[in-house]
Amino acid sequence: MAEYKGVLIYAEIGEGKLKAISTELLGCGRKLADDLGQELCAVLVGSGVSSLAREAIAFGADKVYVVDDPLLEDYQADSYVSVMAKVVKQVMPQILILGQTSIGRDLAPGLAFRLGTAAATDCIELAIDPDSKLMWQTKPVYGGNAQAIFTCQSYPQIATVRAKAMSPLERDDSKQGEVITIGADLDASAIRARVLEKVREEVEGIKLEEAEVIVSGGRGIGGADGFKQLEELAKILKGAVGASRPPCDNGWVADSLQVGLTGKIVAPNLYIAVGISGASQHISGCSGAKNIVAINKDPEANIFRQAHFGVVGDWKKVLPAFTSKVRELLAE
Amino acid sequence: MNVIVCVKQVIDPEAPPASFKIDPTGNKMVTPPGVSPVVDPYAEYAVEAALRIKDVQGGKITAISLGANLVPEMVKKPLAMGADELILLADEAFAEGDSWSTAYALGMAIKKLGDYDLILCGREASDWDAGQVGSGIAEFLGLPSVSLARKIDITEGKARVERVTDDGYEVVEVSLPAVITVSNELGEPRYATIKGIMIARRKEPVVWKPADIGVESSQIGAAGRRSQLLKLFQPVREGKCEVAEGDSPEEAAVNLALKLREAKAL
Ligand SMILES: Cc1cc2nc3c(=O)[nH]c(=O)nc-3n(C[C@H](O)[C@H](O)[C@H](O)COP(=O)(O)OP(=O)(O)OC[C@H]3O[C@@H](n4cnc5c(N)ncnc54)[C@H](O)[C@@H]3O)c2cc1C
Repeated sequence: MAEYKGVLIYAEIGEGKLKAISTELLGCGRKLADDLGQELCAVLVGSGVSSLAREAIAFGADKVYVVDDPLLEDYQADSYVSVMAKVVKQVMPQILILGQTSIGRDLAPGLAFRLGTAAATDCIELAIDPDSKLMWQTKPVYGGNAQAIFTCQSYPQIATVRAKAMSPLERDDSKQGEVITIGADLDASAIRARVLEKVREEVEGIKLEEAEVIVSGGRGIGGADGFKQLEELAKILKGAVGASRPPCDNGWVADSLQVGLTGKIVAPNLYIAVGISGASQHISGCSGAKNIVAINKDPEANIFRQAHFGVVGDWKKVLPAFTSKVRELLAE
Repeated sequence: MNVIVCVKQVIDPEAPPASFKIDPTGNKMVTPPGVSPVVDPYAEYAVEAALRIKDVQGGKITAISLGANLVPEMVKKPLAMGADELILLADEAFAEGDSWSTAYALGMAIKKLGDYDLILCGREASDWDAGQVGSGIAEFLGLPSVSLARKIDITEGKARVERVTDDGYEVVEVSLPAVITVSNELGEPRYATIKGIMIARRKEPVVWKPADIGVESSQIGAAGRRSQLLKLFQPVREGKCEVAEGDSPEEAAVNLALKLREAKAL
């Protein structure tokens, strides 16, 4: 194992930029690399992505590996696992970190099995054990009802990290680093799955993950109509509308509004949960909010154990009065 | 179409959060008293996906469950929903595995079954929330995989999968056989019918031991792990909720707004 060295970050790209998760991973990777006294490297995989190598350096990488190939235009397990296996064999990092995104969720396990090592997914904390120098991987389990710390004794130790769990470094454009190109060497005929079409279901207005205020509705809202009232409040607060899983499953709102373990991870300044019971899987997605407000008719609902402020009552009575008072306060 | 579905038995993930406790002597969750185990919800979506394929294509659905202490009435649920066969990898040696040892055992069982076109799993099981076994089975069997499916259509030896992404979905075409993991966007699993429940009750599952699938006990369960569980814990949540009061819901609402203003949250 001695020849493995350094921390490697899989940097995701979206709309021609490093995604927020990538800068978060660089921030977290920088700390791990410094604790080990080793290098922090990033890898960029895709088509036409080379120009972003400088970005990764500005956010903390010492070295950036670039695999740029038209066949890598879309994420697809076959090609990405094989490219990343090649990168790992060349770079030989002790640690490989990816984001817990629709790509990372798929790529990390595939790669771990290919390389004969183990991955820990959805970690919220990563640290180096001062004695063994192994990485402690902390992740919520049982839907957030407990947390587990895992270690892996084979290299690379692979982890995916939950969005917003780590902080990016300040951008430093004066930082120097090396950029190294690695060939993809893909055989197009060995790719057994193909992306035919990509459909974006983004709703209009402020993106949920970026909103400072989120008004979220649950099963207690009772239908699509009720969500109009949440939208009105969100608009006044210049925020976004979110939801627990049932409103998405029932088609009251778009699936992309789901907050939680298997939905979006959000960390707004203000999170208003209306008619949401506060299941652990939902709280997983919003526990990073600075202020959680609960409006629920059941005083025993778990959401009151998570919330900082609340009202016990029927939202149909509470919300209109709350909305008009908020409008009044903001107009002052 | 021969479809294999991997179905895990778990502690009911929607049991009240306060009922989840850690066994103080071991790094294990204790089954909360009065809470019976359930079929993992995502595995139910996978069974539903298999049934929808069978509704159109015909064929056979085989469910596989792995673990120790499997509760027969529980793991028979896929049969009651309409699956044709049930195989249990039931042995102490399979217990306490990680994604690696579980995927390995399931992969070997599927290899023994041999005749399959499609393998379905839930996107992640609701106990360890790892989401790795599908990819692992695909690697062990040398098959392509697609995760997070919300729709699966089969045409001419291929599957067309709508895969959930962070901002919508993508349509992926994959050659068969393949492994596909299923997400809840697929839509509600069907209920078991009375007839289904009767059939399931009479049906004896096939039970395989490690030797039946050609694996050593050192490769499976706790012994076959590639990741070590160092510690299981429950962080204490401090803080309390400031509940706004009032003589009417409307008054409480106004007081809530004032409290938020005072706390500079508005
Ligand atoms: C593996 C797994 C992953 C999951 N991932 C997610 C996830 O990412 N996100 C997610 O949200 N869920 C997720 N879930 C589901 C989760 O366990 C809960 O089932 C879900 O969050 C419950 O949603 P809810 O609070 O809206 O509904 P319920 O639990 O049904 O709660 C409805 C609440 O509304 C209140 N209410 C009803 N009427 C009114 C009224 N008129 N006025 C005021 N209050 C009212 C009730 O008191 C109740 O508390 C997941 C589950 C599993 C097993």
